[in-house]
Order: sequence, then C-alpha cells, then structure tokens
Amino acid sequence: MREISYLEAVREAMTQKMLESDDVFIMGEDIGVYGGAFGVTRGMIEQFGPERVRITPISECGITGAAVGAALTGMRPILELQFSDFITIATDQIVNQAAKIRYMYGGKGNVPMVVRTPAGSGTGAAAQHSQSLEAWMAHIPGLKVVQPSTAYDAKGLLIAAIEDNNPVIFYEHKLLYRTSGPVPEQMYSIPLGKADIKREGTDVTVIATAVMVHKALEAAVELEKEGISIEIVDPRTLVPLDEETIVSSVKKTGRVVVVHEAVKRGGFGGEIAAMIAESEAFDYLDAPVQRLGGLPVPIPYNPELEKHAIPQVKDIIRSVKATLNRA
Amino acid sequence: MKAGLQVPSFITEEKLIELHRQMWVIRYLDEKVDEFFAKGLIHGTTHLCVGQEATAAGACAVLNESDKITSTHRGHGHCIAKGADPARMMAELFGRETGYCKGKGGSMHIADLDKGNLGANGIVGGGIPIAVGAALTSKMKNLGYVVVCFFGDGATNEGSFHEALNLASIWRLPVVFFCENNQYGMSGSVKEMFNIEHIATRAASYGIPGKVIDGNDLLEVINTTHEAVERARGGEGPTLIEAKTYRYKGHSKSDAKKYRTREEEMDWRKNRDPIDRFARVLEEAGIASKEQLEEIRVSAFKEIEDAVKFAEQSPMPALESLLDDVYI
Ligand SMILES: Cc1ncc(C[n+]2csc(CCOP(=O)(O)OP(=O)(O)O)c2C)c(N)n1
Repeated sequence: MREISYLEAVREAMTQKMLESDDVFIMGEDIGVYGGAFGVTRGMIEQFGPERVRITPISECGITGAAVGAALTGMRPILELQFSDFITIATDQIVNQAAKIRYMYGGKGNVPMVVRTPAGSGTGAAAQHSQSLEAWMAHIPGLKVVQPSTAYDAKGLLIAAIEDNNPVIFYEHKLLYRTSGPVPEQMYSIPLGKADIKREGTDVTVIATAVMVHKALEAAVELEKEGISIEIVDPRTLVPLDEETIVSSVKKTGRVVVVHEAVKRGGFGGEIAAMIAESEAFDYLDAPVQRLGGLPVPIPYNPELEKHAIPQVKDIIRSVKATLNRA
Repeated sequence: MKAGLQVPSFITEEKLIELHRQMWVIRYLDEKVDEFFAKGLIHGTTHLCVGQEATAAGACAVLNESDKITSTHRGHGHCIAKGADPARMMAELFGRETGYCKGKGGSMHIADLDKGNLGANGIVGGGIPIAVGAALTSKMKNLGYVVVCFFGDGATNEGSFHEALNLASIWRLPVVFFCENNQYGMSGSVKEMFNIEHIATRAASYGIPGKVIDGNDLLEVINTTHEAVERARGGEGPTLIEAKTYRYKGHSKSDAKKYRTREEEMDWRKNRDPIDRFARVLEEAGIASKEQLEEIRVSAFKEIEDAVKFAEQSPMPALESLLDDVYI
C-alpha cells in the first residue's frame, strides 16, 4: 500500500467526502491558497472553489456558531480551528450550543459538524498554542472526541466523524502531521469507539493517545531488549471509549500504564484508570494503575522545558518498570 | 386593502386580524406563565415578552414557513409568531413529555424546526452566529429561505453579534438581524451601556443598512422587516433593524425593577401599548368593530386556558427518557 502523511490523510478524507456530497464543506481561517496554518487544506480551494472552502475572518465564536447553524439546517460543515487552544474562544458555540441542541430540543435536530483542530506541544509555540484540552471536551455530553495517532487512523476516523450526526472534536496532533504510513486510496471509515491495539504484548498494558502512542512504541523496543513485553492500546476516540478492548487487555496483562500528553491532573487518564477500577479487570490487577501525564504547567517556550512538561520515552519505561516492581 | 393601510400586498385584512389575535395569544400566554410562576406551578425561570408582542408578530408576519428564525431567552412571542402551538409550549414549561422539547428544554430552549424556528437560546448572543450559519445553508444550497435573527439590545455588546454581522455582510447572506431594544439588558439600561443613541448605527461598521423603527407599531415592523427580507431574498445581504420597544415585566422572576421608575413603565403601558394601538388602527380603518375585537381577545384568552389544560393533563416524561436523545 502507498504511504502518505497524516496531513495528506486528513486532506484526502475531506476531499473524498466533499466529492461525495455537496453538503460537506470546510470553513476556517486562512484555509484558502494559504492552505491553513499547517497546510492541511493546501490545494483544496483550487479544487472546490471559495464556496466550499470558505475562508473566514478571525472570529472563532462567530464561525463556530455559523457551523452550528449550517449543521442544524442540513449541511455537514468541517470547521478548522487554527489551533485547538482557540476552542476556548468558541466554547459557547461548542459546549452550550452544538453539544446541547439535540437533547435540549427533545431529539429534534442534528448538529453534524466536525471541528478539526491541531493540538499538542512540541513546536515551541508555547503556552497559548500548545495545549491538549481533550479532557474538557470529553467531559461534555453530546460531543464526540477523536485523537488519531496514525495517518491510517486519521483518514478513517475523519471520514467517520464527517458521517457522524454528533458534533465531533477532531484533534490532530501537530507533530504527527508529517508522519507517514500506509493509507488505502479508497474511502474507508473507522468506527468511532473502536480502540486499536498498536502492539501486542503480555506483561503490561500501556494505554496511550496521539503522540504518546509513538513514544510508547519506542519504549516497547527498549523494554523488549530487557525481556519486557508491553501491549499498546490506542483508544483513538475518547468519546465513545472502547472500554471492552481496554478491559480485555488489562485482564490479559494485569498491569496498566495510562499515558497522555495533557496535564495529568483532571486528565482523561484518570477517567480510564477509574473505568478500569470499576470494571471486572480490577480483580486481575497485580499492581495499581499508573498514570503518566503532563505536568500541571502551561507549556513553556524553552525546548528543554517544553519536553520536560510532558511524558517522554524514558518516563514510560520507568513507569512500566515501576508497575512490574509492585508485588 | 380597502382601508388604505400601507402594508405589503400579501398582508390581507384577515391576516391583520389574525395578527391582532396572535398578539393577544402571546400576551395571555406570558401573563399566564407569570401567574403560574408566582404560584410556584412552573419551575426554573422564564423571561416574559409582555409589551413586545408587535416585534414578534410583525417580523414573522412577512415570513414563509420555510423561512427561519432564531430566538432568545425572551422567546415565547417569537415561537408563537413562527407558528408554534401554545399548548405544546405550555406543556414544555410544565416539563411535560408533550412539550416541544419533551420537557427537557423549558422556556429558554423551545425550538420548532418543522416551522422554521431554530430555537430559543439561553446564551445572550448565542443564536446570532447560528442564524448566520442557517443563512449560509440557504445560500449554498440555493434554498431561497431567509433567516430572521432576534436578539436584545444587551446582546449587541457580545462579540458574537459583531462577528456574525461581519460574516453575514462579507458573505452577503440572506439574514435579517432584528434587535428588540426593550431599553434594558437585565438591569443595564441602554443609556448606561451604550454611548450611541441608536444601536442600528452599528450596521455602518459592517457595510449594511441599519434601520431604527418603533417596535410597538405593528405596521412599521411589518413594512421594515418586509423590505429587509426582500433585500435578503434578492441576494443583497443582511439588514440590521432596531425596534424600540419595552418589556412591562421584570427581566425574569424575582426582579424588583429597581433600575427603572414606575412612571416610565406606566407611560409605555398607557400610551404605547402595541396591542391597544393596533386595535385602534383596525377600528379606525373599519377592518374590525369594537365587538369583533373583543371577541378576538376572548378567543385568545380561551386558547391559552385550553393550552393550560393540555399541559396539566399531559404526562411527565418517563425517568428512562433521561438519557434519550443525547448522542453516544
Ligand atoms: C452570555 C450570557 N451572559 C449573561 C447572561 C445572563 N442574562 C440573561 S438575559 C440577560 C439580559 C439580556 O439583555 P438583552 O439582550 O437586552 O435582552 P432582553 O432580556 O432585554 O430581551 C442576561 C445578562 C446569559 N444568559 N448569557
């Protein structure tokens, strides 16, 4: 199979869905000839024209609301918010409007919109352009939250997100845009709520999201040299969460490390840990669930500090060993 | 029109009578809600539009069923004017299963998508960009409908108002921004919260027309909105209408109205009431007699009494419905 980048996979998903249906269109700042802040939409305005690749003013609240209104009236907008940090400006429209409308209206009306937005640190863009706020969105009933870690997942999950009648927050990690992998040319969708086992193993289950999947894969190579076999589970979507796959992996290994880039305090790792504790897997645990997450600091500018603010390969290795050393 | 009233040609004398009745229905619904609140029969909160009936009735009078509106926290009038059944509205306020939102939305969230009402809104300014999005759909799919977006004076100090007007203007969308300036945003008077006399002048910043009208004059509301709707339908883009009006009741329940005087309130009630004024117009134009007008009033009152009965007799939603209609 040919290999394309995560970024191209995202673009291909949008392109194919737009070719399939006139209801699908993109809105966002600088998404025209500029191609968006990260080049994801490059070439799309030439292909689809300015009606369907709709360049907006810098008005996050306004454009998010416009997407809600368009979705409520039969379109399937894909909104690109230039940085996921700016969701904070659009929160009213996402949290109070998009997420609530169907319920609030007693089941009438759908808001089938996708908010695509680059998240995460590692670019030196510092505190206001580097956050991982997925736990905020996962907390809100009515939203689905997606975090693809590979090009293959990015395409399949985005197609599913566009087809979904929920408002979906689709977090694209900036550091993953340039990573490549095998991606089928034809359309395919990956059901939201289906985790993927990125590597099979027997000693410890590592549940990792986005960039952390890749760090966990690196850690696995190191650990293997010492005879430790880790299984890496990538939930891919936080909401809905594939509890079944997680629970069955934990039952198999008896030990768990949950790792995400977002700040550990109040992070989604706590939710996964609690879910495991409440599940039948609890009786299979040989050690307490370990959580690894970002430090409770805004992401700093300095590259060394930036790196230290979030879990690294060595931290995963240490956590895996720590959990193995518990009786 | 035999009486020579200046209105668009499709507004017949029968329609005018119907609008008069509609204003009574709006008023009696909210008067009833006020009464039930005082008695503790309705919970939560609600924002009444008593005194503002002409803006809702007049603006929606020029719309087709396929045209859309977005409404506000003070939206009962808009809902009725856009075709909602007062009985189902009352049922919603009672939290019943037969309500517009199956008892889950309450006063601030009544929507009636079948009739083009995209919903009331508990967030000040929240509906304004949504109206723009709905207008975008109309334009992109060539559906021909127009969106009338209602909001209060207070909402025009939210960022969403400015962002939405700019978007609608640069994209020339078929939307009419309809500001019901009832002089207060909760307790903040327009005198304190604005350094401009007319909110409509803000339209200039976005390169669209701004109109200031008497919001208690039904005919003026009809004519101005009609012109704006035609303009929007013709692809010429949005208009901002500012209708000066007044709410008789407090902002919501438990409002002691300390921010305004009794004299001011009485002045609006006695001298500028939209329903009284329109009754005089109908009478003077020979469209309806005093007796006919009285019959209309009584029939509206009866409709609300029936709505209450329907609401009271409606079942509560089943507990199992708690998790219905939310995705995932
Ligand atoms: C974003 C937001 N801020 C504040 C409130 C609380 N609030 C509800 S209605 C209201 C006044 C709104 O005034 P205006 O827009 O003039 O409408 P009116 O009540 O006069 O119809 C306020 C402050 C809210 N619901 N949402």
